[in-house]
Amino acid sequence: MIPEAYYLALSAVLFTIGVVGVVIRRNPLVIFMSIELALNAANLALVAFGQRHGSPEGQVLVFFVMAVAAAEVAVGLAIIVAIFRLRQRLSVDDLSLMRW
Amino acid sequence: MSPIPAPPVVLGPLLPSLIVVGTAIVVLLLDLLPPRASKAHLGTVALAGLVGALLATLRTWGSGGRAFHDMIVLDDYALFFHIVICYAAALIVLLSMDYLRRAGAESGEGYGLILFSTAGMMVLASANDLIVVFLAIELMSLSLYVLAGLFKRRREAGEASMKYFLLGVFASAFLLYGIALVYGATGTTNFDRIVVAVGAGPRDRLFLIGLGMLMVGFGFKISSVPFHMWAPDVYQGAPTSVTALIATGSKAAVFAALIRLLVAGLRTIQPDSTALLWALAALTMTVGNVVAIAQSNLKRMLAYSSIAHVGYMLVGLVAGGAPGAGAVLFYLLAYTFTTVGTFGVIALCERAGQEAVEVRDYAGLGRRHPLLALTLGLFLLSLIGIPPLAGFVGKFYLFGSAVRAGYVWLAVIAVLNSAVAAYYYLRVIVYMYMQEPEAASASLAPSFAGGLALAIALIGIVLLGVMPAPFADLAQAAVAPLIR
Repeated sequence: MIPEAYYLALSAVLFTIGVVGVVIRRNPLVIFMSIELALNAANLALVAFGQRHGSPEGQVLVFFVMAVAAAEVAVGLAIIVAIFRLRQRLSVDDLSLMRW
Repeated sequence: MSPIPAPPVVLGPLLPSLIVVGTAIVVLLLDLLPPRASKAHLGTVALAGLVGALLATLRTWGSGGRAFHDMIVLDDYALFFHIVICYAAALIVLLSMDYLRRAGAESGEGYGLILFSTAGMMVLASANDLIVVFLAIELMSLSLYVLAGLFKRRREAGEASMKYFLLGVFASAFLLYGIALVYGATGTTNFDRIVVAVGAGPRDRLFLIGLGMLMVGFGFKISSVPFHMWAPDVYQGAPTSVTALIATGSKAAVFAALIRLLVAGLRTIQPDSTALLWALAALTMTVGNVVAIAQSNLKRMLAYSSIAHVGYMLVGLVAGGAPGAGAVLFYLLAYTFTTVGTFGVIALCERAGQEAVEVRDYAGLGRRHPLLALTLGLFLLSLIGIPPLAGFVGKFYLFGSAVRAGYVWLAVIAVLNSAVAAYYYLRVIVYMYMQEPEAASASLAPSFAGGLALAIALIGIVLLGVMPAPFADLAQAAVAPLIR
């Protein structure tokens, strides 16, 4: 039996990796992957807490999050493809038409 | 084997949002049927759906209910927000019928997405559970990400859409982790039971960290400083009618959830949260107003101005209690009318292929089109807070509630900020009436739909300004049962 604290520690580490990835990476696809990692970190925490409290809400929310994340992928990839068609390059540093 | 008992399904409290979702699906289906060349009828259907939802809302006033194990609550408070959101969405559909057609981007999915995001906002206003909050925010935001990039061929649109999407999803991750931690600390995601759990036990660190991350997510969605960086770019790059929806409906809906959770629910932790909100309010309005002064692009200037207005509304949250929350509700009503109207005039001034979004594009508008100039002038005066328009009364209630609650300094900062704001709003009026136009430009002929939207918004701000009492009473009556 793995103690609950291990799950929570792993979840916190994954979330941190996700946040750091968003901040330091430049490719929108990699940034998006980092965000997905952060979402899954939250999922892990939800499952662990659901186990602690013995209530279904945590697990139920995880299913919703998976569905929402799938929708996010659909929308996000569409936007990235639309931008790539116009520019032929993919880096958030290029997104600088508008600033200040 | 014993049969599994089916839980009762009560859809009544979801009726207004279901009407909107149903209309969205109908619009998407109609889009596939002939006549395929013209899309005008789709806008009419969308409008009819929103009016239907509005009527359903008005019918339910005073007789709401709960559904899905208290996850959805349709009380007068939620209904008030339903009215604000439906009104804003209806005006925006009217504006889109004119604006999107001239831009050559009128499409079934455009109207469908406006309706889907409206439904998300309405569910958010009646959410009584963190799960529903998350789902509603995502429904609202995912539709808005796509709408921001509706002009596929414009580079700014793609950039706006991408920035909004990446930062929005990032904020959702914070929101979700916050929900997970709050759930871990309290063992429930239901607002009522969270309040009970927090009130009973000692305050633990897990809960406060979770609440902090929730606030990051909410702060992003209402674009409060320091989570406001996306707003100017998105406001500038998105189609103007979509900008109006992002600036009004989405903010109103998130404020609804924020007030229900923080001001009405978690009053026991108020000593902790007030100091934070105080700083957030002061920072948000000051940064918004100061940076707005430097803008030459009108949509960008209005983006910073709307950040400042969020700061004013946060003043009401600091004041707290029924008076503060009621003042925020009234201000949201006034702000929604005024902002939709302002962006509406900008949308009407844009001509095919050429955006009129620089302040200097408005030079001489007073001579070229006196009626449109007068309308824009009145909306700007309402944003400044000049009596007898809606903005003045809204600010009066908000700052008054702060003073009565003992936050005099915050009220002073807010009033000083309003004075700063007058500078950049009045600059537009000066351009319209006291500058010569740079070049001879095409005449503006607003269509019936666009003119109607502006007329409704204008009547709204004058009505709210001249006789605010019934509306203020309505706002107070909406929050009173929530905050006893």
